[in-house]
Amino acid sequence: MLYSDKVLDHFTNPRNVGEIENADGIGEVGNAKCGDIMKMYIKVENGVIADVKFKTFGCGAAIATSSMATELIKGKSIEDALSLTNKAVVEALDGLPPVKVHCSVLAEQAIKAAVADYYTRCGIDPTPIVGEIHTCDGCCEHE
Amino acid sequence: MKKFVYADNAATTKVSEKVLSSMLPFYTEGFGNASSIYALGRSAQASIEKAREQVANGIGCEAKEVYFTSGGSESDNWAVKSVAKNLAKRGKNHIITTVFEHHAILHTCQALEKEGFEVTYIPIDDKGYVNPCDIENAITDKTALVTVMFANNEIGTIQPIAEIGRICREKKVLFHTDAVQAIGNVAINVKEMGIDMLSLSGHKIHAPKGIGALYVRKGIILNNLIHGGGQEKGKRAGTENVPSIVGLGIAVEEACNIDNINAKASKLTPMRDRIISELLKLPKTRLNGGTENRLCGNVNISFEGVEGESLLLFLDNMGICASSGSACTSGDLDPSHVLLALGLKHEVAHGSLRISLADDASEEDVDYIIECVPKAISTLRAMSPLWERIVKGE
Repeated sequence: MLYSDKVLDHFTNPRNVGEIENADGIGEVGNAKCGDIMKMYIKVENGVIADVKFKTFGCGAAIATSSMATELIKGKSIEDALSLTNKAVVEALDGLPPVKVHCSVLAEQAIKAAVADYYTRCGIDPTPIVGEIHTCDGCCEHE
Repeated sequence: MKKFVYADNAATTKVSEKVLSSMLPFYTEGFGNASSIYALGRSAQASIEKAREQVANGIGCEAKEVYFTSGGSESDNWAVKSVAKNLAKRGKNHIITTVFEHHAILHTCQALEKEGFEVTYIPIDDKGYVNPCDIENAITDKTALVTVMFANNEIGTIQPIAEIGRICREKKVLFHTDAVQAIGNVAINVKEMGIDMLSLSGHKIHAPKGIGALYVRKGIILNNLIHGGGQEKGKRAGTENVPSIVGLGIAVEEACNIDNINAKASKLTPMRDRIISELLKLPKTRLNGGTENRLCGNVNISFEGVEGESLLLFLDNMGICASSGSACTSGDLDPSHVLLALGLKHEVAHGSLRISLADDASEEDVDYIIECVPKAISTLRAMSPLWERIVKGE
């Protein structure tokens, strides 16, 4: 398993780890059986992601993609956060081994789940805006 | 200087000084082709035969029953496929193995199933041992071969091989064992233990990678693996890797010396037990595999709420090399088949750590492992939403 220096850096010194008390939105994706769970907390001010934190159970790539994803959306508008793709996360990490790409998908979905939760709390139906959340990237489906 | 502790000796070992110095002259001085007629070639041939004697002495067989191979996987493949194909001609198309074998055996058996063979996979108990009665009950008049590993590579449990050997002799069924992890830890005598075929690998016992051996009791037909020249009685053609063969001979001699086996056990067993008892002090942990009849250097513990690969990377940052049965480290979707066979849930199997010590381990190494692993676990648990749920009792 060859990880880039950036992946190892984000694993070793993960950015934005933790929880946000009184978060405006919390999203959780993945499951324990597959070996990765990501939980994302966001604080929204004037339509901007003012703060974001994460907690992740998973492999090195799961932790690194969570860390990178939070960096990429912090201080950005909700629209920008929703347009973040897993591909952008992979690129920002200088690539991921093919078997680890699903971790970046999970990170993208975790952000979407947090934003969806935010909209729900605001009384807005999130589905037309955020779309369907995939809580597991198909790794359970082989059973 | 950053501390470095290599604790993954079940994966591979360092080549010992003694092995290395035995090998070096064969690269630049004794480099002759063992098939050549002149003195340089004859001396290479003599060195190969000496190594064959050393391997034979190590496991209690005759030199002519030892074939050199590239390692454990090749030996396993060669033994199982050869017996399967020869005995199928006599209507025996059934193989018995266990659920927790190395993939070199499991995938070979699965390939044979596709060719029409029937394979029975014997389960293990929750401590990681095979019950010989289960083997006995599975034998039918169609059974060609029983293959059971001597000691498990992940959880270190040593199997009742002599008992299984006795059953196979009684039932007149051939018995193969993958002894890759057992060599150097258990005194092995193939004649006394009723073993018909045995696989071993050099790099687990301080010889180089890419060399191993297969013992085949005389009288058992072994098929040609590589057609070509007359090497290995024409069954595995190709110019012999003389330096590695010489190194393997020395390594087996050292590993199988009973004084060395006893010294290793009396040194490593307390170290292993200290690591186990210290790490089990952490909450929500479990030892995988029983403590009786366990390889003296093997520790395998699951830490709930933590994923194995991230644990390994964390330990790597602290200079510790270890291994895990998590799916992420295998590049597979499922965690280790061995841990699942013990009855572990997927999420618990994902959080496993294997530490495997070699005879050069020091008390300082053990101290360092005991210091670092809890730090890693506590950091990773602090950021784990799964641990959060476990603590809340959800």
